[in-house]
Amino acid sequence: MSASIWPTLLNIFGVLTAAVLLAALLTWGERRLLGFWQDRPGPNRVGPFGLFQVIADMIKLFFKEDFVPRFADIPVFILAPTIVMVSMLLGFAVIPVSPAVGVIDLNVGLLFFLAMSSMAVYSVILGGYASNNKYALLGGLRAAAQTVSYEVFMGLSLMGVVMLAGSFNLREIVLAQQDGWFILPQFVGFLIFFIAGIAESHRLPFDLPEAEHELTAGFHTEYSGMKFGMFFVGEYLSVILISALTTTLFLGGWLGPWLPPAVWFALKTGLLVAVFVLLRAALPRPRYDQLMHFGWKLLLPLSLVNLLLTGGILLWLQQ
Amino acid sequence: MNFAIFYLTATIATLSTAMVIFNRNAVHALLYLIVSLLSVAVIFYQYGAPFAAALEVIVYAGAIMVLMVFVIMMLNQGEAAVAQESRWLQPRSWIGPAILSAVLLVQLIWLLGGDGGEGSPNSVGPKEVGIALFSRYILAVELASMLLLAGLVGAFHLARQRKTDGGEVEHAD
Repeated sequence: MSASIWPTLLNIFGVLTAAVLLAALLTWGERRLLGFWQDRPGPNRVGPFGLFQVIADMIKLFFKEDFVPRFADIPVFILAPTIVMVSMLLGFAVIPVSPAVGVIDLNVGLLFFLAMSSMAVYSVILGGYASNNKYALLGGLRAAAQTVSYEVFMGLSLMGVVMLAGSFNLREIVLAQQDGWFILPQFVGFLIFFIAGIAESHRLPFDLPEAEHELTAGFHTEYSGMKFGMFFVGEYLSVILISALTTTLFLGGWLGPWLPPAVWFALKTGLLVAVFVLLRAALPRPRYDQLMHFGWKLLLPLSLVNLLLTGGILLWLQQ
Repeated sequence: MNFAIFYLTATIATLSTAMVIFNRNAVHALLYLIVSLLSVAVIFYQYGAPFAAALEVIVYAGAIMVLMVFVIMMLNQGEAAVAQESRWLQPRSWIGPAILSAVLLVQLIWLLGGDGGEGSPNSVGPKEVGIALFSRYILAVELASMLLLAGLVGAFHLARQRKTDGGEVEHAD
């Protein structure tokens, strides 16, 4: 018993610590990459390559006044930022990093991820509601509508992969890609999932819930100190989680020649995170109604057609 | 099945459901309802139905409750609504339903005490659920889909923009 529990504990704490540290590091990495793509240095003063900027930011967040407005719904106000952290970290539990590394091997792993990403929505909605502030409320309303809509075809776009692999288990999905990554037969599914992932983590260009030019800071207008920090880190956690899951589902997970499996996984995930940042650097923000139209009138029918074709071709091949 | 975890989860589910009824703030009551749904999902998982557990979280806790919170947020209830709720929670208004539900509870306990069999430990995966839905229960699935379609058409009709006589577009109420 005690012999077998240590690797499990090591796995759990290793994955969770790595996830949080990477998310913190990404706050620096993103600004450096943005700087690179916009022909400016980015944060480069504190420590080597500005790497200690993360620590400086953290100290700043911890020592800021942690202000809770009197007009807020205080218990909900305090609860809201924790939800995104908890649900995103739980989401990392099902990600198979390599054959040996991964917290839990759930046979409904993919559905567990979808469940966690739909729970993370509450963070934004409740934060917007509890602040008792018009900007925050509007941000929360947008977040609710946007994420509920994009969740629909996020789930639908993944069903093609599930059909090809014949399983919801993420490890089995990775192993099913030994003959070829699913990005080729499921390219449409990949695109839809990635777009829906951006909308779910409400990153630019789909960051309408916190669009600063019209809503000050949207749902986290009233937040300060480490409560804001948790929203912030939660957002980066969800970027990493979506990238890791895209790697697992479409890019063959840990599979790859020569290098150790975990390195392949990290490389592919890092590349997708860089694509997230590049999209932020390159694309302007759409209008809110354009976002909803794009989702319901283009992505939803497309993912249904993708599902139909995948199912049809699979049945035809089986005959 | 681990009984300690089961009873703990069941207690959380019962308490949070009670809080849904007794809480005077609508949003707080909805939050307790979400906790209740999540604990029911844990119980499903323990009973060997991981697929049902995942769907419970995705569909009920993750989508339907989000929409309910959305609507409550739009209504923007304040102190007045809380005061109204506390007026409604007078004993005169809840004692009748409470007695009736107590009778039901006694019946339920009596029925469960009858054979008290342990839940079957075999696990039901997504594939079995899918096969059952589209073979044995196909009629129920089709009926439910028709009902949902009717609801969809109704919602579309209510939210449609109508042209008035003057040619202006206005929202149908």
